[in-house]
Amino acid sequence: MAELTYRDAVARGIAQEMERDPDVVCIGEDIAKAGGVFKATWGLFDKFGAKRVCDTPIAEQAILGAAMGAAMTGLKPVAEIMFADFAAVCWDFFANEFPKTRYMTNGQVGVPLVVRLGNGGAARFGAQHSQSVENWCMMIPGLKVVAPSSPVDVVGLMAAAIRDPDPVIFLEHKSLYATKGPVPDGEIVDTLGTAKILRTGRDATILALALMVPRALAAAEELKSKHGIDCEVIDLRSLVPLDTRTILASLGRTHRLFTVEENPRLCGWGAEIVSIVADEAFFDLDGPPVRITTPHIPLPAADNLEDVVLPSVSRIVETVRRSLAS
Amino acid sequence: MKSAAPPADIPADTRLHLYHLQVLIREAEQRAYDLFLENLVKGTSHLSLGQEAIAAGFAAAMQPGDLSFCTYRGHAHTLARGVSVEKVLGELMYRDNGLMRGKGGSMHLTSVEHGVMGSYAIIGAHLCIANGAAWRAQYRGEKDVSTCFFGDGTTNIGAFHEALNFAAIWKLPVVFVCENNLYMEYTLNADVTAVEHPAADRAAAYGLERIVIDGNDADAVYNAAKAAYARARAGEGPSMIECLTYRHSGHSRADPAKYRPAGELEKWKKRDPLKIYRARLESLGVAAAKLTEIEQRAKAEVNAATEACRAAPPPPVDIAFTDVYANGGAAWRN
Repeated sequence: MAELTYRDAVARGIAQEMERDPDVVCIGEDIAKAGGVFKATWGLFDKFGAKRVCDTPIAEQAILGAAMGAAMTGLKPVAEIMFADFAAVCWDFFANEFPKTRYMTNGQVGVPLVVRLGNGGAARFGAQHSQSVENWCMMIPGLKVVAPSSPVDVVGLMAAAIRDPDPVIFLEHKSLYATKGPVPDGEIVDTLGTAKILRTGRDATILALALMVPRALAAAEELKSKHGIDCEVIDLRSLVPLDTRTILASLGRTHRLFTVEENPRLCGWGAEIVSIVADEAFFDLDGPPVRITTPHIPLPAADNLEDVVLPSVSRIVETVRRSLAS
Repeated sequence: MKSAAPPADIPADTRLHLYHLQVLIREAEQRAYDLFLENLVKGTSHLSLGQEAIAAGFAAAMQPGDLSFCTYRGHAHTLARGVSVEKVLGELMYRDNGLMRGKGGSMHLTSVEHGVMGSYAIIGAHLCIANGAAWRAQYRGEKDVSTCFFGDGTTNIGAFHEALNFAAIWKLPVVFVCENNLYMEYTLNADVTAVEHPAADRAAAYGLERIVIDGNDADAVYNAAKAAYARARAGEGPSMIECLTYRHSGHSRADPAKYRPAGELEKWKKRDPLKIYRARLESLGVAAAKLTEIEQRAKAEVNAATEACRAAPPPPVDIAFTDVYANGGAAWRN
């Protein structure tokens, strides 16, 4: 058992798969010799060489196209698009090329690749290097969307994503890269589409993703210790596939639902889950489902402004407390 | 413009094959147009009438295992790789016998078993994707070459330039083929492009040779293709070939092409690739009866395919929900 950072876990997960399978290759801007702008691919170039860990020009369409063509013909590419905001300059691949190819070709061609993106805010980078794009990705049929919150999940879900036969959007949270957690030795392979109950509770279910997970856990501790409210916290880990069973089963026990979403409010992932709950678990609810989200605004750069708009521990605590009191 | 190599360079049976492919494409495309008028081909369609020599020349120069990437104007390239007319027309007619059983349509023809790795309807991306297939070949030491076909309109989109730079720096075994038919969609490419030859004049920016050929002469196309494939297989990197041609029909079925100046179509029809090639074969001593037989064989294949497609059922509705994901289904949740 080692204590690893989330950042090191990315490289550990990729390295595990590269050792196992010579078809796994990495491609992206600054990922090789520089080890990545987030240092998440540190060491891969030294270990596997320039043939398998490839620096590219600043050309996102060229990167994703190369990954796709290679994936269609037998390789298992892991492409990095650095800041998740940059997905917008190669959105054709996310929206049209990766997800529709299997369908349009009547199953002839698959696109088994992983696109890694540094997602999310709280790093004071301003509106074009901070946004959470999980909801952009979630709405496209044919993609899978993963967003781990802990180092051990990064390793296991990375392995699962690389082994998956479908295109997987792997959202690494920039503000989690420096966080640490225990990671067992040896091979770790997780399962896509499985949520994790990180804390059990009787009074309310709180769903969270990525950076919002530690905030939801901290809020749950405070709600228990200061207000006697016992919350169950679920880390969704994967938006597609979505583990609705775990969500609905939890709701059957707690009867109250809160989502903590970093994405801007409109069409955030919580809206879909609340819709599912309304359809399938309405009579389990003892009160309205409540979404705690970033408002529908571009992210401000200044630290005090960003702190106000991203869901915080105190906002989660207050929202849950007031909702349960009313 | 580079002229064709001396006629004797190309074997007689290859020439007959080139003629057959051109005639077959012409017949199939004309039939697709006629079926539109019967409302049996729905949606849209982009024909290669007048551009047959390019598809034929490249396909004839390819080896088995080589990969083709096309745009929405991809019927010709799909047929040229040996996909049956019935499969292509069936897809255009949204019948269950179609190449993708109606799930892709005219703009997305794909047949992996023939090396046709897809037709891409949003221009630009597929140059980058062809690079990826070439990267795999280079990585694994495999000898196949990827060919990416696109129109003159593609040369002004960013992905074109990203792809060329990328292919050049990695010396990928990929051949980029610009079918310059003068018009993007409804607008003359020359009216909106900074250089005379939209593909070839940009080649130097990526360290590539400037190659412009007569795209209506299948021999010229075939020879240029052979040279490019030899380079690619020798590890000498990508090529870009600009083929000058003209589409006899509009951009798509909605386009009567009224923007063309009077006489332009007629001028180009005098340089119809099929006419050029038939005359070439006759001058080389091929009997007229042999050429007529090739033409009749193509007509018969297209007629039989048409009848099979007319008789074929539409796809069963359950396939609307298959093959979104690799497990065969569409489930995004448990």
